Amino acid sequence: MSTEKSGPTGKSAWRKAYEWHEARLPIVSWLDHSLGTKYPVPRNLNYWWNFGSLAMFMLAVMIFTGIFLAMNYTPHVSLAFDSVEHIMRDVNYGWLIRYMHANGASFFFIVVYIHILRGMYYGSYKSPREVLWWIGILIYLAMMATAFLGYVLPWGQMSFWGATVITNFFSAIPGIGQSIVTLLWGGFSVDNPTLNRFFSLHYLLPFVIVGLIFLHIWALHVPGANNPLGIDAAPADKIPFFPYYVMKDVFGLGVFVVIYFIAVFWFPNALGEPDNYIKANPLQTPEHIVPEWYYLPFYAILRSIPNKLLGVILMFGSILILFALPWLDTSRVRSGNFRPVFRIFFVTWIIDVLILGWVGSQPPEGIIPTIGLIGTIWYFIHFAVILPVVGWLETPKPLPASISQPVLQAAE
Amino acid sequence: MKKYLLAAAAVVALAIPSVLPTSLRAAEHVELPKENWSFNGVLGGFDRAQLQRGFQVYKDVCAACHSLNYVSFRNFEALGYSEEQVKSLAAQYEVEDGPDDSGDMFKRKAKPSDHIPKPFANESMARLANGGALPPDLSLITKARVGGPDYIYNLLLGYEEPPAGFVMNPGSSYDKYFPGNQIAMAKQISDGLVTYADGSPNDAAHIAKDVTAFLHWAAEPKLEARHSTGLRVTLYALIFAVLAYLTKRRIWKNIPH
Repeated sequence: MSTEKSGPTGKSAWRKAYEWHEARLPIVSWLDHSLGTKYPVPRNLNYWWNFGSLAMFMLAVMIFTGIFLAMNYTPHVSLAFDSVEHIMRDVNYGWLIRYMHANGASFFFIVVYIHILRGMYYGSYKSPREVLWWIGILIYLAMMATAFLGYVLPWGQMSFWGATVITNFFSAIPGIGQSIVTLLWGGFSVDNPTLNRFFSLHYLLPFVIVGLIFLHIWALHVPGANNPLGIDAAPADKIPFFPYYVMKDVFGLGVFVVIYFIAVFWFPNALGEPDNYIKANPLQTPEHIVPEWYYLPFYAILRSIPNKLLGVILMFGSILILFALPWLDTSRVRSGNFRPVFRIFFVTWIIDVLILGWVGSQPPEGIIPTIGLIGTIWYFIHFAVILPVVGWLETPKPLPASISQPVLQAAE
Repeated sequence: MKKYLLAAAAVVALAIPSVLPTSLRAAEHVELPKENWSFNGVLGGFDRAQLQRGFQVYKDVCAACHSLNYVSFRNFEALGYSEEQVKSLAAQYEVEDGPDDSGDMFKRKAKPSDHIPKPFANESMARLANGGALPPDLSLITKARVGGPDYIYNLLLGYEEPPAGFVMNPGSSYDKYFPGNQIAMAKQISDGLVTYADGSPNDAAHIAKDVTAFLHWAAEPKLEARHSTGLRVTLYALIFAVLAYLTKRRIWKNIPH
């Protein structure tokens, strides 16, 4: 080693300043360990693994556009709708910020749904990643709450009536239900206090999500990332996150934003309800009250049960049951690639959820509630019966000894 | 790349059920014929002459009952009028201002910064003048109805004699595109209803089309900026994605995966 390089005189001023700072707060090393060259990742991740970073990107877009919307928005029942139109018409690029935010919510959910389904197919919730999975469910619940609160803010017809219907869920709780609803509303109907607290909470919850994402990534780093084969990756089968997966994520981001921009610039209202361009009117109920698309399967579960309390319990239960998923799935094989029977039921379950989503969008007439009831029963049978039983009875395909084995074979 | 296309297909598949409900609900009513609007398409925009004709229809016909609350006179420069023309247009209207130094409200000529005055002072007066029905504000009407501009256009032309045996409420008219078919607004658009200064055809279909285009401008005044910005932004993102793909491939060249 030459004295010129190791001696203090051989270092540039930048290098010295960097080392001085790192000795006091090693933030660059921390980032390098978190998402840089010191974070080893299995080399065989496919493109389904892009959606975690895409979800983080969408959260950033939502917070960034949301901050600018809040500068021009007025949370008051007689001004909220007008202030949104003010943003659309008078604020410089207000239309762009609002359409990015409104469509951003939908794209955030699309990305997160794919992220969740990827975890469910490749068994990313199984040991030793149960806590990572739990935090993910908490993020999803916080997202649902944030999106609901945000949808109320424009104070259109669907905002108002959606808020009325959804807050009324809590009135099903015996004894204290009505008191909880009064507390949520800040009065005896959805009114100005409701709008004010919803605005405040809508601004708060995204930062709770940021905190949960820190925990999510922390919990990810303890066991490391799962992979499409679902087997533990040997150190030799890992490559650093930077530059390999950073670059892969950047490419995925490029493709994703093209699709996102097509929606924002050419179909900005396709995912919204026309009724929400009508100012809220407490005296006039819309013909059909429909929640945003990302709630529809759960809304269908709620409406399919004739008993209100049971419906509410099952609706929340349909998400809470995911907390038990690591134990309901009794198979030790993580990846669905090696589980032929599981694969069939996994696809069936996705179709079931899509059918429930369609049921949720329809007026509950004729055959619709019956389809919803069958779909609801199947939803729970999948988790409570099929996953444990398939795990016991299924003979999985033989697992490869290591990641490099199938990878190198394919490369030959 | 193939894997990525698969992922993109999954994104689209997941988005389908979200688009489905609106279209399925629209199917409850009569099928809406699709019109060929100038603002459709990747770079679709407004036809200024058509917007001016549509504004004339709004001003002479619709404005008697329907407000246009979110539109100011200054916005009409986007229709191709000069600043002077907008000023003299505004001056045709009177708005209430005040209070003045003695505490009285007073009337003055409207300025370009004023919003278009409402036809009725409040909801009660509007209902009283319209047999109990409230004429909706038209600023957002093409975005506030399933079917958008196609619905508004066809609704205006969809008045018919009710089918035999169909019981009508007094004061309402039969429209084959209106949900429930009984609409409180009487038929308004007819051949020769207005005469255009530019000599454009003024049969009912043209008049309905002109006023609907105008209303879509009122609902979505930044549509042209949205389309042109969108094209530039999306092309930029596409080039970015291609460059990112090439860089990724180069970086991954020696990694078996």
